[in-house]
Amino acid sequence: MEETMFIDPQRCIGCRACVAACRECGTHKGYSMIYVDYLDRSETTATMPTVCMHCSEPTCALVCPADAIKTTEDGIVLSALKPRCLDCRNCVNACPFGVPKYNTEMHLQMKCDMCFDRTSEGLKPMCASVCPTSAIAFGKYEDIVPLRRTKPVNAHVFGNQRVETKVYLMLPTEAAEVEVDGCGVFEGRVRTEQQPASESWIDLQVEQTDKSNEF
Amino acid sequence: MSRVTHLEKIIEEFGPHLHDAPYGGWRADRVIDRIVPTHCPYCAVQCGMNLLVEKNHVVGFEPRYDFPVNEGRLCPKGVTAYLQVHHPDRLLHPLIKRNGKFERATWDEALDLVVAKFKSLQSTHGKDSIGVYSGSSLTTEKTYLMGKFARAGLGTRYIDYNGRLCMVSAAAANNKAFGIDRAANPWDDIPLAEVLLIAGANCAETFPVLNKFLWQQRDNGGSWIIIDPRQTATARQGDLHLQLKPGTDVALANGILHVLLEEDLIDDSFIRTRTNGWEETKAIAAQYSPHVATQITGVPADKIIKAARLYGGAKTSMLLHARGIEHHSHGVNNVLSYINLVLATGSIGQPGRGYGTITGQGNGQGGREHGQKADQLPGQRSISNPEHRSHICKIWDLPENELPQAGVSVVEMFQKMRAGEIRGLLSVCNNVMVSLPDTNEVRRSLEGLDFYVCLDFFMSEGARYADVVLPGSTWSEDEGVTANSEGRVVKINKAADPPGEARADWWIIQEIAKRMGREKYFKFESPRALFDELRIASRGGNADYYGITWEKIEKQNGVFWPCPSEDHPGTPRLFEERFYHPDGKAKFHAVEYAPPQETPDEEFPLILTSGRVVYQYLSGNQTRRIGFLVEQCPEPYVEIHPETAMKLKVNDGERVKVVSRRGDGVFPALIVRTIRPDTIFIPYHWGEELAVNQLTNSVLDPISKIPEFKACAARIEKIYSRQLPILGEKRKGASRSEFR
Repeated sequence: MEETMFIDPQRCIGCRACVAACRECGTHKGYSMIYVDYLDRSETTATMPTVCMHCSEPTCALVCPADAIKTTEDGIVLSALKPRCLDCRNCVNACPFGVPKYNTEMHLQMKCDMCFDRTSEGLKPMCASVCPTSAIAFGKYEDIVPLRRTKPVNAHVFGNQRVETKVYLMLPTEAAEVEVDGCGVFEGRVRTEQQPASESWIDLQVEQTDKSNEF
Repeated sequence: MSRVTHLEKIIEEFGPHLHDAPYGGWRADRVIDRIVPTHCPYCAVQCGMNLLVEKNHVVGFEPRYDFPVNEGRLCPKGVTAYLQVHHPDRLLHPLIKRNGKFERATWDEALDLVVAKFKSLQSTHGKDSIGVYSGSSLTTEKTYLMGKFARAGLGTRYIDYNGRLCMVSAAAANNKAFGIDRAANPWDDIPLAEVLLIAGANCAETFPVLNKFLWQQRDNGGSWIIIDPRQTATARQGDLHLQLKPGTDVALANGILHVLLEEDLIDDSFIRTRTNGWEETKAIAAQYSPHVATQITGVPADKIIKAARLYGGAKTSMLLHARGIEHHSHGVNNVLSYINLVLATGSIGQPGRGYGTITGQGNGQGGREHGQKADQLPGQRSISNPEHRSHICKIWDLPENELPQAGVSVVEMFQKMRAGEIRGLLSVCNNVMVSLPDTNEVRRSLEGLDFYVCLDFFMSEGARYADVVLPGSTWSEDEGVTANSEGRVVKINKAADPPGEARADWWIIQEIAKRMGREKYFKFESPRALFDELRIASRGGNADYYGITWEKIEKQNGVFWPCPSEDHPGTPRLFEERFYHPDGKAKFHAVEYAPPQETPDEEFPLILTSGRVVYQYLSGNQTRRIGFLVEQCPEPYVEIHPETAMKLKVNDGERVKVVSRRGDGVFPALIVRTIRPDTIFIPYHWGEELAVNQLTNSVLDPISKIPEFKACAARIEKIYSRQLPILGEKRKGASRSEFR
């Protein structure tokens, strides 16, 4: 089987070596495209790394009006092609995992491409190379899964959308799929106290989302 | 004399400034001339890494997949380590302080001034009026040179090193129990252990890459028992977390031993044949029933029993411990009480069965082997032992009466500075204003000096007080060996020359010695020449390096000492047949629980404990200048349990004043359920007004002389908004004093 990534949040120690190392990849120009977040620091030290899941039907590419996001033969979803990217940020807002970011300086969407320049030379991606606990591991399914006591899952349900991904999440449960917002209804949360009366809440939300997705 | 009067100017010139891009910026079109395999400059995992060199500039790193310890893995400090090499804050030429301002000087001016001052102080106040304070981030060759420099170059008895703040409790306990100071097993043994007992070690933040072995053990079906007052990332991942009150380790370990005895989980034949002192230990353990241990430690009795059954019932087990149990006025006893568990179960000297100290600094192990410790000569020899003295004097060709006697620990040296006994100080590779306890007393000590010279490659908070600052080299600008935490000696390789007029540290030290008129003892032309003398000097000692060569290190990916002859492969696992006491047996030590010197009272109701974060390294002199790391953790904070915060009416993120008997400091509150309600935690990597060491207690362990960083009494005071310090972007990562 081909090589892919295995993300095991249980093993993540929150050190962000992956975040630092991602910047070092030759094509990333000092920008990191991996995120490590505390789940709820007030309750626990648990953290979770997020990389591009490399969907088999990538939502980011589906919503791109310029067809700028290409998938390679082995299923790696690439960053937007610079000549085509329209700065529209559809992909940034549409990705169910919240992965692509918009680079305001370069006028370009950027996202994890599983270190295409390294893997094509037979090297591991930067994040999986440095990860101290192998919470991010890169390799063949048959080489990694038998060593672990966790279950690889690569189907995710977001409301009505079912997404299959090249990257596996390693989960301790017997769940076959990851379900998010199972009722399928979008519940927009609104912050009424900061909201100017003249603007609609959705404009504000979009603006805020845009800001949080920029480098 | 040694004062800071123009702080703002010093900070403006020498930082800390944030720097976050490789030399020449982020470029994809680099032409890399050389890839230099070496090791990380930071902790004692000593991960292998490759440095990328373009035209004599270190411009990046590449994972070193072929080094067996880390197989390419690094923590965020390791990934960004290369950014310090071309940092704009680097010291590029010698500096002499005139009228409170550092002025550029030539090497001759600076060195002649140092030598003139040292000579005049020594002729007026005696040889011992100069102190030398060294460090363990230096290569072993340099640490050997520092010991020789103090004794044969300056003729002073006062030399100590910053491992005194780090490893000495473990070292002293190792020597007492096993007769040698080294981790018993290679890390390859960790995955073979069914149970790991991890005491006072937040490996996730302090030794990130060690977690590789911990998780391999987990994948093999093993489990972890974690002993820590905080639910650290390591504790969260463990199977059983004993969240004890800081400083109550002896009671907990004795409680576990009590259950092992009750349930007959001990190895009688091992105890009989390979140990001494069991009866006394047994008698003491009998007094610590789980009920008693619970009262002292705050750990529920059922958890103590569960831990004992898990540990005692396992066929293979290992103990790992670090500063959490060692930074105490009973640090040595804490370690001994856990070693008792290892000896009682006989779990040592075999694959997957043993014991490991987790060293802090990169060369924490090597730095305490070859004679820069107050009481030590090369090869872990004792400076008080006449045989050891004559052995070393013969090698150095030094008349025996010229070799000084044992000195004192660093905290005691600073007391002697306040008392006027030590008048001049040379410090290398440390940052006294951050890492020593009770910062205000440290400042008084420095201000009382007649002359202070500091050798470093960045202007540390301590160096600001110096009269002369000499620009040294980073790890990538020199070569030599280090010994990692498992006792594996590895080789640091040179990637580029030091920038500007900065020079290799060994050249600078040797130059001072020569100008002191001691050229006879200092004719080293390279680190290799130093290593060759070190090998001979260590021969026959406990830490025997005689059979280690740089070539062998390269060929074998490191050599474990002792390695007595050139055809010897090294010794990864100790104690397979015998321990290092003369009778070949290990020693139990019957230890009684005693509380930390300060316990909470009405005035100071909380226990303050200090520690580290993964983004900063020790005193932060290197890491507080690197943008990425500072962004992740810009300033110290105080962890408070929500129950305690509620009583104090403190909100998350609110700045509060933390007060102890020695000082106070303002820190933002981080309200987390991951700490005990009776305990607060502050990370220690910052200086001046952000230093937790303004508050910590400088009381020492009577044996190891380690300060009690991990427990003192404190209280939290709410600050009302008008008194809040002004915050701004530019303050990130810098001491508050830096932006007054």
